[in-house]
Amino acid sequence: MKEKKSIGSKIFMALLLIFFYAPIIYIIIFSFNGSRSLTHLDGFSLRWYEKMFNDRTMMESVVYTIVIALLSTVISTVVGTITSIGLSKSRPILKKTVEQINNFPIMNPEIVTAIGLLMFFSALGVKKGFATLLLAHIMFCIPYVMLSVTPKLRSLDPNLADAAMDLGATPAQALIKVIVPQIMPGIVSGALIAFTMSFDDFIISYFVTGNGVSNISILVYTMSKRVNPSINALSTLVIVIITFVLLIVNIIPIIREKKEKRTI
Amino acid sequence: MNHFRKMAYPYVAWISVMVVAPMLLIVMYAFIQKSNDVTTFRFTLSNFIRFFSENVYTDVLKRSLYVAVLTTIICLLLGYPAAYIIAMAKPKRKGLMVLLITFPTWINMLVRTYAWLGILQDDGIINSLLTAIGIGPVKMIYTDFAVVLGMVYNFIPFMILQIYAALDKMDKSYIEAASDLGANKVQCFMKVTFPMSLPGVISGITLVFLPAVSSFFIPKLLGGGQYVLIGNVIETQFLTAGDWNFGSAISLIMAVIIMISLYITRKLDTDVTEAKGGRL
Repeated sequence: MKEKKSIGSKIFMALLLIFFYAPIIYIIIFSFNGSRSLTHLDGFSLRWYEKMFNDRTMMESVVYTIVIALLSTVISTVVGTITSIGLSKSRPILKKTVEQINNFPIMNPEIVTAIGLLMFFSALGVKKGFATLLLAHIMFCIPYVMLSVTPKLRSLDPNLADAAMDLGATPAQALIKVIVPQIMPGIVSGALIAFTMSFDDFIISYFVTGNGVSNISILVYTMSKRVNPSINALSTLVIVIITFVLLIVNIIPIIREKKEKRTI
Repeated sequence: MNHFRKMAYPYVAWISVMVVAPMLLIVMYAFIQKSNDVTTFRFTLSNFIRFFSENVYTDVLKRSLYVAVLTTIICLLLGYPAAYIIAMAKPKRKGLMVLLITFPTWINMLVRTYAWLGILQDDGIINSLLTAIGIGPVKMIYTDFAVVLGMVYNFIPFMILQIYAALDKMDKSYIEAASDLGANKVQCFMKVTFPMSLPGVISGITLVFLPAVSSFFIPKLLGGGQYVLIGNVIETQFLTAGDWNFGSAISLIMAVIIMISLYITRKLDTDVTEAKGGRL
């Protein structure tokens, strides 16, 4: 294939990237604004950060968001991995059925999943709050974990576990020492998707929460009705956290690789 | 072999409760009359009849479809060239560009949409620029333009990444073969590249149209309180009006519309492919 290097395509890509990043940079710049304005800069100040850190509801929402994201990541990664392994040895009918049902929360508009859960929780008489929020997040995270783990299992030799057990490993040992290490990349990327899905979720959380429990997205939504520059500070915090998580996830394998090379 | 089978059973129980039951509840609520007594089920179509007989709701439906279709078309027109440019770039460049396109999607949609609220204001940065060159100020915030812009901004990465994946998988020697056989650049693209990227285009359209037609916070933030799309109607029915039966019926109508649109898109894909004598 010939290399295409027209100036037109370069300008097009540059404009597109400006379109993508301008709002993100805009928010970060205005979080340091000296005045309340969302449109004019009046000197540098940290007052909106100060206000954010002193605002109890804001700090609570940050804590809730992180706690829910961590819990639902751990639970959905473990459950999703176990289920995927189980399904890989199950009959095709069961596999197909579970895959089809898993597609519901992925393919349905989020608002439909959200109202279904809202009615379900109230039909059971469960009080809306932390528990319902966590259950809902686990529910929509697991299918994504499975989507990321299943292909890795498919490319695995089906006799691997049997070989380990023939050599004297118990089923649990075969699982932990043989299968899990082989599918680790799938598990890690599944966990990453689960974390960001949960951390960024708005629609489902908005419908299933209550009792003053809100995550960052819900807070931004409810507070954006009035001009409140602390939202910019909160948004910048969100951007920093996600960037940090992505960096860590991408850097760890590189460091590990280097260490392995050194030991060799 | 059977040791691990049981590991899937708890999850089967879990999805029956957490995924299937809520879906059944939506269908059930949509077809029964609103009443305070949950134990009496009276089958009715009145929720659906109400939606289609009141102009307020059919207008909202029309506007939602208009906005979603417009968003999808713009995403396709801007996203295809972008995906093409990335797919044809050097491998090193490719990775970087995919990363740059993907990164914003990891950041909270609400946060990114909120940013446009400031940018599009009457005295915002764009209007200041427009005024400086003598065109503005132009009313942008709380208009169709702002809503479509917000949707394109949020959803176009999905379109680009899907089309890019299809183009990248494509065996580039087909293009070489076509041009060796005398096809010019336009013919190469129309007869080889584009048909082979169609699966990516289809899933791109799906991933843009689906959230666009059901979105409710983008119209609310950038369209203002008066701007109502079908997602906003559902939100109101559940969180303010408290009419779950009507809300469920609207969600079902929306789900059916989405399924029909996706079916038509897929059908167009297979028709085009068959007309061209099957995919290579």
